[in-house]
Amino acid sequence: MADAPESSDQTPDRKAYWPEVIRLTLTLLAIWFLVSFGAGILFREFLDQFHIGGAPLGFWFAQNGSIYVFVALIFYYCAAMNRLEKKYRIEG
Amino acid sequence: MDWTLIWVFGTFGLYIGIALWARAGSTNDFYVAGHGVHPVVNGMATAADWMSAASFLSMAGLIAGMGYGGSVYLMGWTGGYVLLALLLAPFLREFGKFTVPDFVGDRYYSGTARIVAVICALFVSFTYIAGQMSGVGIAFSRFLGVDFNTGIFFGMGIVFVYAVLGGMKGVTYTQVAQYVVLIFAYTVPAIFISLMLTNNPVPQLGFIGNLKGDDVSMLQKLDETVQGLGFTSYLSSTKTNFDIFCITAALMFGTAGLPHVIIRFFTVPNAADARLSAGWALVFIAILYTVAPAVGAFARHNIIESVNETTYVPAAEYAQGSQLVSEAGETPSPAWFANWETTGLVAFDDKNGDGQMQIRGPAAPDGLENEVTVNNDIYVLANPEIAQLPEWVIGLVVAGGLAAALSTAAGLLMVISSAISHDLCRRTFFKGMTDKTELRVARGAAAAAVIAAGFMGIYSQQLAFVAQVVAFAFGLAAASLFPVILLGIFWKRMNREGAIASMLTGLIPTFAYIWHFKLGAGKAATADEWFLGVSPEGIGFVFMLVALVVGVTVSLATKPPPQDIQDLVEDIRIPGTRRSHGIADSGMAPVD
Repeated sequence: MADAPESSDQTPDRKAYWPEVIRLTLTLLAIWFLVSFGAGILFREFLDQFHIGGAPLGFWFAQNGSIYVFVALIFYYCAAMNRLEKKYRIEG
Repeated sequence: MDWTLIWVFGTFGLYIGIALWARAGSTNDFYVAGHGVHPVVNGMATAADWMSAASFLSMAGLIAGMGYGGSVYLMGWTGGYVLLALLLAPFLREFGKFTVPDFVGDRYYSGTARIVAVICALFVSFTYIAGQMSGVGIAFSRFLGVDFNTGIFFGMGIVFVYAVLGGMKGVTYTQVAQYVVLIFAYTVPAIFISLMLTNNPVPQLGFIGNLKGDDVSMLQKLDETVQGLGFTSYLSSTKTNFDIFCITAALMFGTAGLPHVIIRFFTVPNAADARLSAGWALVFIAILYTVAPAVGAFARHNIIESVNETTYVPAAEYAQGSQLVSEAGETPSPAWFANWETTGLVAFDDKNGDGQMQIRGPAAPDGLENEVTVNNDIYVLANPEIAQLPEWVIGLVVAGGLAAALSTAAGLLMVISSAISHDLCRRTFFKGMTDKTELRVARGAAAAAVIAAGFMGIYSQQLAFVAQVVAFAFGLAAASLFPVILLGIFWKRMNREGAIASMLTGLIPTFAYIWHFKLGAGKAATADEWFLGVSPEGIGFVFMLVALVVGVTVSLATKPPPQDIQDLVEDIRIPGTRRSHGIADSGMAPVD
């Protein structure tokens, strides 16, 4: 494959890049909302009937769990964006 | 307290050494550390920049007192980093200028928009910095036996050296050192307390574990204890869910809109590094933020267990006094209580005259009154003693608190000085200024800002708004700055008129609401009088939504932005494609 010519039509159109970024961003923000405002506040009382270790689940999401998910979300975003940039041959 | 002296002056020497090494040679160095900061290093600096004296000393105590209600701070002050990484930091870095008002002024091709952004940035930063300086004064006066004002002068002197000499470059590397000091000081006592109470060395696991030799969980036990004394449940809150939602959201969007946090992401080489750096920042922040609720719960349990229903022994004759009490078959109050009583952070008032210390909540079943008051800061400060750690650890905690306060103060100073030297002088009033002159003005502005901040710290008791930093700084950042930055990146059609209208509808009502209910006529108001039942801490979120709607509506009703601006927005969305665009970059070219 090394000698395959790099023609411009192999690179997907950059017009499609931004919608993909937006889709990724919205998906991750939905998770961001669910673990904090969802699990930690709106559904807390329901989730508190389950436990993680000795902590009620909703309470734990509000004080610890959501923060772990936030960290994971950002690193996932970085990896996914690097992939997208490679696909569209964008070099920062 | 010799150990305290050694730690405090040892760390101060370190900060000055770094300052001398990292001097700024150009405005590029001074404002954005030459864009040469590694993303992990910037993450660490951002964590120190972010975690203030309040995060370090007061937050665990706040959570301990509020239980579940304290979650607003935990989620609010970490969730904002997701917004920063996904919505703001990489695009603002790609935009490639020095300050937040730079983005607002150039994206909206308007000097007026720039000035409004400068006003927001200055107000937010000054409110915030006064709290840091008074924190420094308190640490000095309580632990080193010097006067409050002298303590502030010491703090000013230190920040002066590295902020004025090194600008963002000096600030960045001292913040890294300060992060190491503060995280070490926070986690070491937490690990020992966790071991002591739950046998688990990881505080986050101890938090969800059982107490040593007990088969109920620590949290459940704590909840039973506090309810038994007449406090509200540890696992729920008296606030409505809607209010908790709004406060959390205001803190999150406010975090993402705070200028001193945003500018840290201008210091890395490119957009990809900016988003990665936000991830590392949150890792370093999460280390403290996931330990804090554990520290709060452990300390609340400990304080009740070791103080409640013991026989009070005054500090003056503690050694003999406690021996006499023990001989009489009673439990003496603990030594740490006597030690901290002299600082005024804990107090005992024997209301029923029985010589016993009663800790009670507002609805105590036995009808007794509460006699013990504990300052929020004690939960972190007294931890080493409660865990019976050696004396040097206590000094380390004081040095950690100072590191947290000084690192945040320095980040804020950079916002204040660049708003003056860059946005007001170079970009508004003296457009022909050379880089060399601007650097001199920037140093002068940083020096003046240090002095102003010091005086605000000294007079913080008289300046009532300083105590409301949580409501003011976050509410205003969320309502005034966040919407225009977000729309400026994600909506090409957003124009000058929309931006100015949006910032003003965010800024003015939020300010008025907080002022009215925190400092003005509505100070004594109950929750029913609040607009939609939203507390002043959460109102920034409500007006942020209003500002977004106003911004969009006004933009649609007026002319679209010039083609140059629309092309610029296209460019900042795709890393590495940023070109210079007439009207947007006529005042200043983007910097790599």
